[in-house]
Amino acid sequence: MTTETPLTKHINLAQPLAMADYVDVGGYQSVKKAVLQMSASEVMAVVKDSGLKGRGGAGFPTAMKWSFVPDFEPQDPRYSEDKYLICNADEMEPGTFKDRWLLEGVPHQLIESMIIASYAIGANKAFIFLRGEYHLAARRLQTAIDEAYAHGYLGSNIQQSDYQLDLYLHTSAGRYICGEETALINALEGQRANPRAKPPFPQVSGLFGKPTIVNNVETLSNLPHIINQGPSWFKALSNNQDAGTKIYGASGRVQRPGLWELPMGITVRELLFKHAGGMQPGLNLKGFLPGGASTDFLTADHLDLVMGYDEVSQAGSRLGTGGIIVLDDHNCPVGMVLNLLKFFAQESCGFCTPCRDGTAWVVETLTRIEQGQGTKQDLDSLHKLCDFMWLGKTHCALAPGAVEPLQSALKYFHDDFEQHIDKHCCPYHGHH
Amino acid sequence: MSLATQLPRTGEGNIEINQLSYRDYLSMDEIDAIEHEVSIMGKRHAAGIEALKLVQKNRGWISDDSLYAIAELLQMTVSQLEGIATFYNLIYRQPVGRYVIHVCDSISCYLTGYQAVSEAIKAQLGIGYGQTTEDGMFTLLTNACLGSCDKAPAMMIGEDHFEHLTPQSARDILQQLQQERGKKPETTQK
Ligand SMILES: Cc1cc2nc3c(=O)[nH]c(=O)nc-3n(C[C@H](O)[C@H](O)[C@H](O)COP(=O)(O)O)c2cc1C
Ligand code: FES
Repeated sequence: MTTETPLTKHINLAQPLAMADYVDVGGYQSVKKAVLQMSASEVMAVVKDSGLKGRGGAGFPTAMKWSFVPDFEPQDPRYSEDKYLICNADEMEPGTFKDRWLLEGVPHQLIESMIIASYAIGANKAFIFLRGEYHLAARRLQTAIDEAYAHGYLGSNIQQSDYQLDLYLHTSAGRYICGEETALINALEGQRANPRAKPPFPQVSGLFGKPTIVNNVETLSNLPHIINQGPSWFKALSNNQDAGTKIYGASGRVQRPGLWELPMGITVRELLFKHAGGMQPGLNLKGFLPGGASTDFLTADHLDLVMGYDEVSQAGSRLGTGGIIVLDDHNCPVGMVLNLLKFFAQESCGFCTPCRDGTAWVVETLTRIEQGQGTKQDLDSLHKLCDFMWLGKTHCALAPGAVEPLQSALKYFHDDFEQHIDKHCCPYHGHH
Repeated sequence: MSLATQLPRTGEGNIEINQLSYRDYLSMDEIDAIEHEVSIMGKRHAAGIEALKLVQKNRGWISDDSLYAIAELLQMTVSQLEGIATFYNLIYRQPVGRYVIHVCDSISCYLTGYQAVSEAIKAQLGIGYGQTTEDGMFTLLTNACLGSCDKAPAMMIGEDHFEHLTPQSARDILQQLQQERGKKPETTQK
């Protein structure tokens, strides 16, 4: 098993590497290689061969997404000179904190990555869309951007090539839906950040109607290493068919909550027991969300599950962002789901009825159950609401994301729901 | 103080028409900074959120007067800008205290003892969520996941993040800020 950690090797949270030091450890070499020795389509081909998939939650193949950017000749009326790359650094999904590590710890790596991606898709303008609460990351990124301009990695004639790229930092002001890529684009345009209808997809008609690629921080951060060391090296990093490493996380009442860059495809057991040190004394594992707040619960029966895209899907959940949230047996599952659903209800943009009203109804119903005033009918209505808010019935993926922990909690923790109703109280109360 | 603030309010949500030009209200520095943001996107209204953040940083919150002035500067309607201002959790449309405390109430903090920390903070300040202390020092709000889930429970005060909170450590942090009050001259947030 490989122990390479390309994404996090140069992370320094106390003081990230400044330009000179970053270049000393091999930083920005991939930019020189790409813009001076490779064509855009060659870069795209290498990324395609690497098998890189999006780390923003959906696992979509990165090069395939890029390939949807239309490649019309300048004389074609559909040709657009303006194309945009946007780095999605809105990380707001509860229990997800991996991008923050990369943003605060090695900001130059992200800038290097964005130059590669922009070059591949032919973008001359790129944006980092950063959540408003990440103040330290904002300061460090701006410093790194300024340094990159000063050293000829941004601006015109990058490293004496004829490639030009301008990169800007946009800081948001706190709204989860801005992480959805079309809502993000509306936010950047200065509109109210409701998601847009798809199609058209942003790759064809995104920011100001121009072709736009939105990629996650972690996805992008792989690019310099893929360019420098090649697709075969990248594929060999993983334990399963998904290429590369993954920044996995664990939070909740485990011994050592944290983040680890590990080969893609390790097991839940390795993550929770080897890296996170197992449960805190006196607590047992009751369940976990494998990849952030919007993924289905799994249980102690899934400890040998491989944390890869297909494997977790087959188990009935999603790899999502790879940040495991652990539920112990002294925390109430109904209380946990209520907390999650309150988040989704608050952050619903309110545009479509199933989401706006559905999440609110769920919160009301769960509150009743948690307070010991629920009925069996409440359970039926929760099941119905899961259906009303599911994929295809809502404007975007927020409400289906809210359904995932709810529907799986109803399945795995059915007894707990029943006990709340039968005993007219929360059986966990005072159990903390 | 500008004209609009002296006019009677017609009720919640209604905004009085402000006759003043933005030039009488925004400072030259604010206008320059906003124009710089406009130049990046090439579209005036695209700088809306940046403009709101800039003005809020200087003045503490976004008053109706600020809203009017920014809308005029960006050549957009006030309701359009209000639609953006009210969309975001971190744009304050009411006066806030000198320190705005955002306590994370999301899942990893919930699982690791947020409630006890939250109660300690409320007791220490003598206010609930959405309220400001009488001396204008503290406003207490919740916040969605702060990205400190492995160091939960967490809170943010202004631009500073505090992690691994216990009821005691939260009280200590607040006490320290409360003590500073005597040292610093009181500044108005307007
Ligand atoms: C409600 C919602 C919130 C999202 N938030 C984020 C986010 O904060 N960061 C992110 O990278 N992707 C987020 N996504 C996924 C993005 O829409 C998009 O798929 C992703 O940025 C694509 O990047 P990737 O292909 O590199 O994975 C969110 C999706 C939804 C539906
Ligand atoms: S849940 Fe509180 S910091 Fe993530």
